[in-house]
Amino acid sequence: MATHTHPDLAPNAERIRVSHLCVSYHGVVALHEVSLKVNAGSICGLVGTNGAGKSTLFKALMGFVRPAQGEISINGLPLRQALRRQAVAYVPQMESVDWNFPIHVANVVMMGRYGGMNMLRIPGRDDHRAVRESLERVELWPLRHRQIGELSGGQRKRAFLARALAQGASVLLLDEPFAGVDIRTERLMIELFQQFRAEGRSLLISTHDLSHITGFCDEVVLINKTVLAYGDTSEVFTEENLARTFGGSPAQLLTSPGLEPLPEPGREPWRSEP
Amino acid sequence: MDPLLWLLEPLRQDFMVRALLVSALVAGVCGLLSCFMTLKGWALMGDAVSHAVMPGVVIAYALNLPFALGAFVFGVGSVAAIGYIKQMTRIKEDTVIGLVFTGFFALGLTLVSKVRSTIDLTHILFGNVLGISGEDIRQTVLISLLVLVVLLLFRRDLILFCFDPTHARSIGVNTGFLHYLLLSALSLAAVAGLQTVGIILVVAMLVTPGATAYLLTDRFDRMTWIAIGSAVLSSVLGIYWSYWMDASTAGCIVLVQTGLFLLSFLFAPRHGLLAQQRR
Repeated sequence: MATHTHPDLAPNAERIRVSHLCVSYHGVVALHEVSLKVNAGSICGLVGTNGAGKSTLFKALMGFVRPAQGEISINGLPLRQALRRQAVAYVPQMESVDWNFPIHVANVVMMGRYGGMNMLRIPGRDDHRAVRESLERVELWPLRHRQIGELSGGQRKRAFLARALAQGASVLLLDEPFAGVDIRTERLMIELFQQFRAEGRSLLISTHDLSHITGFCDEVVLINKTVLAYGDTSEVFTEENLARTFGGSPAQLLTSPGLEPLPEPGREPWRSEP
Repeated sequence: MDPLLWLLEPLRQDFMVRALLVSALVAGVCGLLSCFMTLKGWALMGDAVSHAVMPGVVIAYALNLPFALGAFVFGVGSVAAIGYIKQMTRIKEDTVIGLVFTGFFALGLTLVSKVRSTIDLTHILFGNVLGISGEDIRQTVLISLLVLVVLLLFRRDLILFCFDPTHARSIGVNTGFLHYLLLSALSLAAVAGLQTVGIILVVAMLVTPGATAYLLTDRFDRMTWIAIGSAVLSSVLGIYWSYWMDASTAGCIVLVQTGLFLLSFLFAPRHGLLAQQRR
């Protein structure tokens, strides 16, 4: 089945619903009373400092941690069931990948299909087609036989996005996707994200860097162990909220090196340059 | 000496033919496994498990049970102990590995000294493939085939597990099962390898061929074939060499393996030392 007509991509659906989620490790609270909702075709930024619980929330959404309390549903289904349907794809941080691994691009993307295959993971015609379509979408088909370490930074990112596409996931969890990318790659990725949004997929993008996400996120969640603020990007990004998230003076935060000032509403910073 | 004579004369001895066949099989299986060990970064774990199986082997011999059973129990047991101590204390993993496997090994040594009549310590420590008994051959062949089948059946899952365990888990692959599957294969391969080169050097069988192959190719399939090929070649050449020089068989086998690694380290087309310097 073609990746862009996946049945789970029905419009107007609710993709992620987290209600009253509490997670603790060995008695230390990592997340407390987290509730949020992400609709179909929406890009949601997940912003917080290191240790604020961003990766714990991702782990909970992948079913890796047993919540002490609360519920998660994806596409209206209980989490376990949704995971079995391959609804959630995780796109790892690039530093966590072993780029010397003897594997080529097409095989990495094929790994997105494993969950739906039989025990021996022998790909069928549908699997090969999904891999081809995904690689063509991210313009890596001609490079499919390259060892992954031979790809450039931007191509590496796209290879892992292709894996999420091949999986047919309707929810993409992206862990610091803009860490260490140049401006050209960043724009390419944002374009892809917007295509995914148009197809009805939902993206949850974790970052500790505000400058990247103000332009294209529909919604933002500010977290620090619990949800500090959540809603439309323009409403959530107030000085007061940011100060509560990061501590210190928000004016400082927004003008410190590496951070661009918040864009004016309606202006898309990645388009403003020639 | 006439090369043909060098090659054929030893084959007139039954024990040499047996030794060559058994070691080639064991080396091939360990060579395949070594690819996963290298990529997963489990060399230290291989060293630990191969030492930790010793008390299991001794107890199994003493009780007249299959030695693979004892090795399996203590191999997996040592890994469970490592995991448990690491989780419950603040001690770093390499320290825990070091203290657990030496503890197991010491237990094995002590046990051997108390039941010396039935087993020879040097055979366990340094291997005894030239004098391997019929029963040991039968068990070693069975273990090797079992490990081979498991690794081939779960090949793709294991590659995924080594490459990206987070993704594996998120798409519903049982990574806990794969973890213990690979550890079990390691314990069994260690006890099979023990027959040819002994406990002290078995980690070479579980690491060196994979490392040699890793420098020579960027494809997993080719890596496995190169690792298996170099492992089999090493054990055959090593046994011949030890026959003609009347030197330690285990030593010769591992020396050939190390020699092949050095060749690949120097001359590998892309990742070798010379290729890197030419760049």
